[in-house]
Amino acid sequence: MSTETDQGPGITSGTGAKADQKANRRARRVLFGCAAITVLTTLSIFFVLIDNAASYFFGARITEVLVGGSFEQTITFTEFFTGTRWAPDHSTPAHGILPIAFGTIAITVGAAFVSIPIGTATALYLSEYSSKSVRSKLKPTLEVLAGIPTIVYGYFAISFINPVMLGPIAESLFGISIGRYSMLSGMIVVGIMTIPMVSSISEDAMQAVPDDLRNGAYALGATKFDVSLNVVIPAAVSGIFASYILAVSRAIGETMAVTLAAGFNANITANPFSEIMTMTAYMVSMARGTSAVGTVEYQSLFAVGLVLFLMTLVMNLMNDWFKRRFQEEYR
Amino acid sequence: MSTQQEDSLITTDVSITDTGRTDQPDTTVVEAQNLDVFYGSDQAIDNVSMEIPEHKVTAMIGPSGCGKSTFLRCINRMNDQIDVCRVEGDITFHGKNVYDNDVDPVALRRKIGMVFQKPNPFPKSIYDNVAYGLRVQGREKEVDLDAEVERALRGAALWDEVNDKLDSSGLDLSGGQQQRLCIARAIAPDPEVILMDEPTSALDPIAAAKIEDLIDDLADEYTVIIVTHNMQQAARISDKTAVFLTGGELVEFGETQRIFEDPEHKQVEDYITGKFG
Repeated sequence: MSTETDQGPGITSGTGAKADQKANRRARRVLFGCAAITVLTTLSIFFVLIDNAASYFFGARITEVLVGGSFEQTITFTEFFTGTRWAPDHSTPAHGILPIAFGTIAITVGAAFVSIPIGTATALYLSEYSSKSVRSKLKPTLEVLAGIPTIVYGYFAISFINPVMLGPIAESLFGISIGRYSMLSGMIVVGIMTIPMVSSISEDAMQAVPDDLRNGAYALGATKFDVSLNVVIPAAVSGIFASYILAVSRAIGETMAVTLAAGFNANITANPFSEIMTMTAYMVSMARGTSAVGTVEYQSLFAVGLVLFLMTLVMNLMNDWFKRRFQEEYR
Repeated sequence: MSTQQEDSLITTDVSITDTGRTDQPDTTVVEAQNLDVFYGSDQAIDNVSMEIPEHKVTAMIGPSGCGKSTFLRCINRMNDQIDVCRVEGDITFHGKNVYDNDVDPVALRRKIGMVFQKPNPFPKSIYDNVAYGLRVQGREKEVDLDAEVERALRGAALWDEVNDKLDSSGLDLSGGQQQRLCIARAIAPDPEVILMDEPTSALDPIAAAKIEDLIDDLADEYTVIIVTHNMQQAARISDKTAVFLTGGELVEFGETQRIFEDPEHKQVEDYITGKFG
């Protein structure tokens, strides 16, 4: 203070103020550094994926080409994207990603049929219908559901959903004897896993709808159901849709549970009780350590990883687009 | 006493407008008898009894927290939305206690419309906003919806401003227009009573004046009950005035002109003249 008194009104930068500004700049740099780490990590993962995927398709990494190697395409994109047999590690290898892409998409769509209706209904119940006491019990339960390790869900599928729930149905209704793994079991378990995501994010969006709107509708003689359906859901639609995208992205990338539930047999099938393989399950089976670094099957991991990365990227872009298009209109 | 009354006439610049409806005989539509309302352990309304006449504008004035809005929200049971709210005593609509077990609040609110403090149009088109009440009440098919929407918008003095853009969002209107849209929305299902909870407090003076003119017209067809903390407004537009003071007590209720010119209670006089509240 005393230094400032001889500088007139005390608004010019005295020594104290200079030090403040310095500390401010330092804090800003530290925070920027932390933010930069996440960006750098993403970029380097993307680079490693591309680099190794290049080796898978063209026989050489980008880094090798830079020091004098040359590209020579060994696996064509046509084979990769349209081939219907996936066996890079087989004695007669095949590189068609369709069977495992089918596995991933089937599980994702099936899981969405479980998580979206149940999650949305749960969110609506919590936000509009439930009493405080029910809500205070249901919300933590859902959070516990979200916190269970995915491997536990996997064993839940393999020891309960598949043999106890689905086995008898397959046997008695369709005469099919179910194996250790099934596509349907994977769909159900991933669906259950992603319910909390849909319900908690959707509920946040519904809670953010101003009570003014609800009261306006109630005062016109609307029932709770009218208000939920015609006022709350339309007003919260962008948040609800965001929760769907997140749940779907999660289902695409889901690994442990789906591997244990749906199995390791890459095939395109309409039979929900048969074993399939997702892209992530393939990566898990490769990661068991039997394939040497540098082999084609090792490099195939990165090609598959790159495709997964692009799929989730597309989901994120869709989310952004939808958010811009349907941002909450109320103030 | 008399000198104080003269004082009050001198110190207030409240002008009382004769609404021209005061001569008609009163039929009671809404009646409260020994009404108590509690929020948890706090009492918001304390033993209030009053009779609200049909096709008149009844104003409720009083300082913040005096229970006037709570009273309003009892009439169409909007207090049901609040978990801790408890109502004792009678509040009747055409003689039927609205808190009776066999009263359906949804059906009640179809007879008693409401306009809120902050304009709250739905994020829908102007047309859909006005049609909302008829639609949720399942009357969409039995009426000519286009005609009803036009009638309601005309009734809310908004038709001329919006008839060429009924499909645009209700949120694109100005604040005053939004509030008139909310009034159109409230009158579209043709209720008997319209409750207004400080409908002009979020508006600029010109928009507020338009709403006041509108309220005057509405009283020809509807019973209007309006909460306001603007005493000049109460004096200008209402036929009857109820003065609530802190603690949820109804201190005085009567013809607006008499309340403002010759209040029986010292507290009311102090409140009206701005010495208190």
